[in-house]
Amino acid sequence: MNRLPAFASHHLRRIALRTRSVSSSAPGSGATELGSKSVAFPGATFGSVFTEKMEFLSDYPTIPTFRVLDVEGNVIVKEQDPQLPSATLIKMYKTMVSLNQMDVILYDAQRQGRISFYMTHHGEEATLLGTAAALTKDDVFFGQYREAGFMMYRGLSIQQCMHQCYGNEKDLGKGRQMPIHYGSKALNIQTISSPLGTQIPQAAGSAYALKREGKDACVICFFGDGSASEGDFHAGLNIAATTEAPVIFFCRNNGYAISTPTHEQYRGDGIASRGHGYGIHTIRVDGNDVLAVYVATKEARRIAVEEQKPVLIEALTYRVSHHSTSDDSSAYRPKKEVADWMNQDNPINRFRKFLEGKKLWTNEQEQELRKEARSEILKAFSESEKLKKPAVSNLFTDVYDEMPWNLVEQKEKLDDLIAKYPTHFDLNSHAKE
Amino acid sequence: MFVFKASSMLSRSKAAARSQSIRFFAAASGNPPPAEGFMAGVATSKFIKSTKEQCLSHLELAAVRNSETVKMNYFTAVNDALATALATDEKAVIFGEDVGFGGVFRCTIGLAEKFGKDRVFNMPLTEQGIIGFGIGMAAVGHTPIAEIQFADYVFPAFDQIVNEAAKYRYRSGNEFNVGGLTIRMPCNAVGHGALYHSQSPEAYFAHTPGLKIVYPRSPIQAKGFLLAAIRDPNPVLVMEPKILYRSAVEQVPVDDYVLPLGKAEVVKEGKDLTVVGWGAQLYVLENAVQEAEKRMPGLSVEIIDLRSILPWDRETVEKSVNKTGRLLIAHEAPHTGGFGGEIAATIQERCFLKLEAPISRVCGWDTPFPLVFEKFYIPGMIRCMDEIEKVMNY
Repeated sequence: MNRLPAFASHHLRRIALRTRSVSSSAPGSGATELGSKSVAFPGATFGSVFTEKMEFLSDYPTIPTFRVLDVEGNVIVKEQDPQLPSATLIKMYKTMVSLNQMDVILYDAQRQGRISFYMTHHGEEATLLGTAAALTKDDVFFGQYREAGFMMYRGLSIQQCMHQCYGNEKDLGKGRQMPIHYGSKALNIQTISSPLGTQIPQAAGSAYALKREGKDACVICFFGDGSASEGDFHAGLNIAATTEAPVIFFCRNNGYAISTPTHEQYRGDGIASRGHGYGIHTIRVDGNDVLAVYVATKEARRIAVEEQKPVLIEALTYRVSHHSTSDDSSAYRPKKEVADWMNQDNPINRFRKFLEGKKLWTNEQEQELRKEARSEILKAFSESEKLKKPAVSNLFTDVYDEMPWNLVEQKEKLDDLIAKYPTHFDLNSHAKE
Repeated sequence: MFVFKASSMLSRSKAAARSQSIRFFAAASGNPPPAEGFMAGVATSKFIKSTKEQCLSHLELAAVRNSETVKMNYFTAVNDALATALATDEKAVIFGEDVGFGGVFRCTIGLAEKFGKDRVFNMPLTEQGIIGFGIGMAAVGHTPIAEIQFADYVFPAFDQIVNEAAKYRYRSGNEFNVGGLTIRMPCNAVGHGALYHSQSPEAYFAHTPGLKIVYPRSPIQAKGFLLAAIRDPNPVLVMEPKILYRSAVEQVPVDDYVLPLGKAEVVKEGKDLTVVGWGAQLYVLENAVQEAEKRMPGLSVEIIDLRSILPWDRETVEKSVNKTGRLLIAHEAPHTGGFGGEIAATIQERCFLKLEAPISRVCGWDTPFPLVFEKFYIPGMIRCMDEIEKVMNY
């Protein structure tokens, strides 16, 4: 595993929001004493001192945003460059571009009625590749829905993504869920579910299990700025703190929850400010800077695994995408705003310029990559289109480990109905039993 | 070893052993009621196995017929099952509010000391977090046993239970599952619990494919079903009628055993009427049937403890109703939308031509669970007995 340059990790610790460790000689030694300035109440777990000045706190220090690259892809402070091997950098970049291409093609596929739904990742590619490169396959992944790039870096093939979006007989999910609800046991990728934020306390639980096993592994849990308003966010972070679970909570703060801008989502200092409330190590990063995301995630993993405690990373980014294929964001934000972000602060461009600066990438390679990616995607596309949907019996299996009597009977009822009215049911588009 | 103190009973002329049909507090003697209430009549119920022979002679306990038995009440039996689970499965842990010191109903007494604080530990006050955490542990193959302090407080966890736990295996195409998850919760009337310490929420969850629900009526059943639930590869809700924690005492095998989820039990055979209930309602029904059989000489009623709500044992109920031709279902949960409706609809489908009377239900009224009106609210002995007579006289 790559170790961070000493300066980088020291720098990170300096700017990260400091959380004090719980005082081990916490109150319990007795009640309030006359003349003592210390607060003895058991609730003041960090200790506290009395004050005779009444002051409502409202002006909290704003958390700074860590970055390595500027928008032109230059490393600002030389020592912050994580010095990743070229192969890793290239893999990260290639995955970004492949993701981008897959997004374009599958978005269009939805528009043409070939798949029912899709969500793109435009503008957020750095949050996905920076994290993926910093973690191992032993680290359990929980996501929200806009993290396919992470999964692809880890090994989820474009073909597998296609199968899931088509809900065909090769979909690992057996055609049960809407597109983009990927999952893979082999890749340690917990299956995506639509309810938002539910993954957050689950991630804490999986992390606690890893802790019990003494594994050199952590959990990474993605969620957005909107999901962080759910009760599950509060519950999950608090429990991760009290159980000292090795989990990285990674917020993709992209500025929007469908149409709701952050000003209508919260009034605090983003999501990072909440870490303090839970006693969690926290950092805010430039989510469009793939190296900053990498560096922060790497250190977060070290804290989680070595110190066995949760970490909160807030990655600020911008959702260039519409929320999904069901959304037209021009209804609630100016097209110019989107164009500005795409042109001025584009994670793929920033990274490419960094690579070009290091002589690791050329225009020819770019053209070649785009051609290759497009061709691979289109091939996977036509492969998936050809396949049938899973056999109809998959409607009834996996509700439990074994089918209970009521499902056995209901399946029989359906089979009888299909046999009775064969033309009414489109059996041909499903695989045979 | 648990020592059971004889309750102080009301000294009324009518008292004797027969007034056990009505639930009342030990408060009648001047002492405050225990938190988990007291249900008179359970002690002398025929369903309770008070000797070792009675206990071990049951067919379902054949595997442990040579076991020693120990007098345990319901919470001690739960405690025993939990200890057994942790001793036999290194990945099993117990968590919930206040479980560390032993739990508000003593179900987890001594477990943190015995197995360590990393395996038996308190959770912050957040049911959605508790269950979400449990799902996460189960998703990576561990055996989390979560406690919800009162069934009335399970609702913040409804999303995690219904949208996540129940659907985890199905939606992932069986890539993942949370079969290792077990959720225990005290439920049902306790005498003074009112709206938020008395509920029976089984119907909400019965409507969710992917879950299992079990409702043990006694210490022997509680130990066997809890172990079965913990080991079943599906998420299981274990509903523990809190009034039975102290009131139900039997000889329980000390050995490790399980009981079959999804199977009902005919606890009293009869030929004229089938009566179905679960949990503490069994003892109410026992008394109601006793009264009815006294008032209608020759009447022979069959009592079935449903035991599992999901999946439920339709076969046993159907077989019984085909024999008797009449069915009465009783549950504390409110009438409308209660699980009795599911049983009634299914049995009228299956036994239509054999029915001699409409299927009857005696349930809590369609109100929130009230405090001072509890005795009027619950499907108590008199109401059940009266309904039995109506069904027989149809």
